[in-house]
Amino acid sequence: MSALARLWDSDIAYSFRTSPVAIVAAAVSVVMILAAVLAPWIAPYNPFDPGSLNLMDGFTPPGQPNAFTGNTYVLGTDNQGRDILSTILYGARISLFVGFSAVLFAMVLGIGLGLLAGWRGGWVDSLLMRIADVQLSFPSILIALLIFGVARGFIPAGMREQVAIWVLIVAIGLSDWVQYARVVRGATMVEKGKEYVQAARVIGVHPARIVLRHILPNVMGPVLVIATIGLALAIIAEATLSFLGVGVPPTQPSLGTLIRIGQQYLFSGEWWILLFPSIALLVLALSVNLLGDWLRDALNPRLR
Amino acid sequence: MAFQTKSPAWTRGTRSALLAGAALALTLSAADANTLRWARVADALTLDPHSQNEGPTSTLLHHIYETLVSRATDGSLQPRLATEWSIHPDDDTVWVFKLREGVTFHDGSAFTAEDVVFSVNRVTAESSGFKALHAAVESAEAVDDHTVHIKMTGPSPLYVQNMTNFFIMDKDWAEANGVELPQNFAAGEENYAVRNANGTGPYTLVSRDPEVRTVLQHFEGHWAEAPEVTEIIYTPISEAATRVAALLSGEVDVVQDVPVQDIARLEQTEGITVTAGPENRNIFFSYDMTSERLASANVDDNPFAKPEVREAMALALDRDAIQQVVMRGQSQPSAAPLPPFVNGWTEEMNAYGAPDYDRAAELIREAGYPDGFSVDLNCPNDRYLNDEAICQALVGMLSRIGMNVNLVSQTRSLHFPLIENWETDFYLLGWGVPTFDSAYVFNFLVHTREGSYGSYNGARYSNPELDEKIEALATMTDLEARDALIAEIWDKVMEDRVFLNVHNQMLAYAMRDGINLEVHPENQPNMTTVTFSD
Amino acid sequence: MLAYIIRRLLQSVLVMLVVALVSFSLFRFVGDPINSMVGQETSIADRDALRTQLGLNDPFLVQFAGFIGRAVQGDFGISYRLQQPVMELILSRLPATLELALISGIVAFVLGVGFGVYTALRRRGWLSNAIMTVSLIGVSLPTFLIGVLLIWVFAVELQWLPSFGRGDVVWVGGWPTGLLTASGRASLVLPAITLGLYQMTLIMRLVRAEMLEVLRADYIKFARARGLSNRAVNFGHALKNTMVPVITITGLQLGSIIAFAIITETVFQWPGVGALFINSVRFVDVPVMAAYLMLIALIFVVINLIVDLLYYVVDPRLRVDRANARH
Repeated sequence: MSALARLWDSDIAYSFRTSPVAIVAAAVSVVMILAAVLAPWIAPYNPFDPGSLNLMDGFTPPGQPNAFTGNTYVLGTDNQGRDILSTILYGARISLFVGFSAVLFAMVLGIGLGLLAGWRGGWVDSLLMRIADVQLSFPSILIALLIFGVARGFIPAGMREQVAIWVLIVAIGLSDWVQYARVVRGATMVEKGKEYVQAARVIGVHPARIVLRHILPNVMGPVLVIATIGLALAIIAEATLSFLGVGVPPTQPSLGTLIRIGQQYLFSGEWWILLFPSIALLVLALSVNLLGDWLRDALNPRLR
Repeated sequence: MAFQTKSPAWTRGTRSALLAGAALALTLSAADANTLRWARVADALTLDPHSQNEGPTSTLLHHIYETLVSRATDGSLQPRLATEWSIHPDDDTVWVFKLREGVTFHDGSAFTAEDVVFSVNRVTAESSGFKALHAAVESAEAVDDHTVHIKMTGPSPLYVQNMTNFFIMDKDWAEANGVELPQNFAAGEENYAVRNANGTGPYTLVSRDPEVRTVLQHFEGHWAEAPEVTEIIYTPISEAATRVAALLSGEVDVVQDVPVQDIARLEQTEGITVTAGPENRNIFFSYDMTSERLASANVDDNPFAKPEVREAMALALDRDAIQQVVMRGQSQPSAAPLPPFVNGWTEEMNAYGAPDYDRAAELIREAGYPDGFSVDLNCPNDRYLNDEAICQALVGMLSRIGMNVNLVSQTRSLHFPLIENWETDFYLLGWGVPTFDSAYVFNFLVHTREGSYGSYNGARYSNPELDEKIEALATMTDLEARDALIAEIWDKVMEDRVFLNVHNQMLAYAMRDGINLEVHPENQPNMTTVTFSD
Repeated sequence: MLAYIIRRLLQSVLVMLVVALVSFSLFRFVGDPINSMVGQETSIADRDALRTQLGLNDPFLVQFAGFIGRAVQGDFGISYRLQQPVMELILSRLPATLELALISGIVAFVLGVGFGVYTALRRRGWLSNAIMTVSLIGVSLPTFLIGVLLIWVFAVELQWLPSFGRGDVVWVGGWPTGLLTASGRASLVLPAITLGLYQMTLIMRLVRAEMLEVLRADYIKFARARGLSNRAVNFGHALKNTMVPVITITGLQLGSIIAFAIITETVFQWPGVGALFINSVRFVDVPVMAAYLMLIALIFVVINLIVDLLYYVVDPRLRVDRANARH
């Protein structure tokens, strides 16, 4: 039975069916991800189109008509007259895009380097693991900040804002590849020593094939767990970077940027600008984290 | 060195919260009436009075050191260490200062003309942060103990306007401590004057922990009437929310930099008073109107070079909406690219009409952009009040007339070099006018960039005829003719729409009830002016 | 043993050099320090003169070599912003950060281990689930927001705790501590919670996972079969075996505590190196940024060295492993 099939066998399905937390978390995650992906179709307004905004709509309280324009918004508007509900949907889209891309980037890089280190061993392994050590102890926020700084230098002035989001993805991703690499390296070293792999090598099976067919499926479980938690972490990291003044342009805010803007209104009475995006972020990150938690337990064969 | 305040604010807060619901009122009445706990966004960078020409630094130093003349809250000049000043009747290149008698430095030594001469030499030194303001000084001479002549390179009728942040140091103290010159960074040694001070000011330095706490105590030997505030505890708090929280929780008495969105709420809060007033600083957009083409635009020519485009942008800018929403009413919308404090400002320049998007869109089409065009807008996000939000609002307004503006907002240390190095097509800038005279605006923003002129002329504006007139302003002694020339220059600048002005900034100080402090137009409040009313 | 230590030391020096090179090459992208250092009246020529004077116009390698040359002698120059020697500045701020990191680390460790053990032993209990879920809130909101919310509730609304600063400090043998004054301890509470929440969640999860693994290990089953009490098994055997990886990870996490201290210190105006660094970045205070990053690198190198050496002493297999690796 291949590892992938094992991943989806009935034990997991059973564990999911019997865990109400997992079901709720999964349902909430799916709904939020769908809402974010479908934002252009389901959001009442397009907050990313500056021409459609009326500044005078700004600071409309939720469900009440604006004093100047008379317009009403379910969750109110922010300081630019953007509908909070629509901005949350579009912002979640940005946050999830950054999160997923960063995780994917970290995963690909981490798995690749982990396999390389585990398979080759020797100085390649030593070098990669030393780099990993450095990075694991060096604050990831600092790493992301520094990468963002470097990228600014290399990217021509006119291009920076368009690529800011990609820089962010690389910055968050690069600060997070080590965990994958460590897990994959460990598993690779274990598998490498096993007889079937030795045998395959002897009969001349291409190493890439061995790695892809036999080793990779074995590490997919832990990798998936790291990736799930990593998704939540990446979304939060994006928000933190936004607080430090690094991130997506304010005309196309992520959830984190919305919170950064919203916290300026904590004492001013416009509580809805902070509250709703924070709830959205909390619910999203919490459900993804809970899902990760459940996955970790479910995938651990000894805990079944 | 242990810092001890008499009774920690929160312990009082805790007790009062437990004892009664009105925690705030109890906390506040318990505070020592003569101590003022003062918070603002940033600390002074140094105590060296000639090193950093920077707002918070000068503000703090005004309490320890003194200037010859000072700026009152209405913008006028007031005597301080100088009692009189005038241009020498026989030589219009010499300024004469009569000094106050009976003034002593904190260490007890007498204040004399020698100290002023020494300070002039120090402030014009190579490593001085203020040397550009004193560039026209040739030499200074002590005529007698209380008279100083400052010789200029030419007639400089407005030089005294440049002296409101020119602090007087004690010559003997400076020489004894080897601080004849301001901090030289390349020398790699710390200047004694960075952390030690000996001024004539109303307060002496008790202790200083940079970016944590600076404690000042009233100087008994000060020449003026004793202020009500006898002790100042100055604490920088960089985060806006934390700063406001510290005032709400009664941990500080005065907050100098109040975010505009919090003003209305603070005014309604029991036990808190807010004073507001105009700042001597205007906020405007400008654009490269000279280059052949723009780096960030999607068209082959330079749209900003066309008067129609500049007019269209002026028609699209809804200043009232920005004032009402982005600034929460805390700004003075104006089309004049200079604050009303400044000599040369007129009511007419201020006037602007309601936005006309249809006409503006038509103008863009007439200018040869039937499909509009796109361009980057550079904006700082940590320098002026709600700077990023102002830019965002403009992006929305311009997109209604066919301009697709891509907002690039970043920290000040990345933003301003773009203007200095001509790397931005379109930008936001705020300009304070410390000399209160239009020439200061012209020199840096309008004159063709050459030598010390035009360093912030990001418009690349160049009009040789105007340049000549601007240069002439510096030495004109007939102030009436000079004012006429200023008006002439402004006419041309306004006609060419070099600047798209948004508003003048307003300042707000929040304090606990019972404290009275007026807003200072240069955001340099002096705590000697504080009165307690309870 | 000696050869191993020397080799590790050389590696550490190399790491420091790489960190220095990387961080140094970044500074030009942070912004232009000159703009922050001079008044708006300063002419372009004068700005350039200052730039030259500071050596910022020199080729990169010349700047870097100069920096390393001076850094080796402990000279990190004068802060562009505060005009004080950088070393002095950093050393004066370090106690505040270390105290905050230490206290929040201890709190996170104690609570993390406690909750971790409890949730592992009562895996399906409702309280366990509640702890697991609530603790996740701590990692599901950005640190800065948690800090601001704590200030709002505990400083503004309840007025129980101060909103900013470190309170009064007392000097104990050259070390300014806030732990000996009431105001100092009160000031520490909110920042320590803000900073420790994330670590606590992490440690709790780790302890729980390790405990669950260990509790199912054969020797635990034997121990139970031998009739040892639950308490003896859970704490005498299971927890003890869990602690080695937990302590290692916690130690290695010091770097991330310091990273999050940047945010926490900014929100609470805590006078530590993190706030100093952020202010330096805003001002492009190159000497302070360089020294701070070197300090972080040094802390990392030292921790890793200690961890490695401890392993070397504790685990004989590692010695064999290392020896083999050399062939």
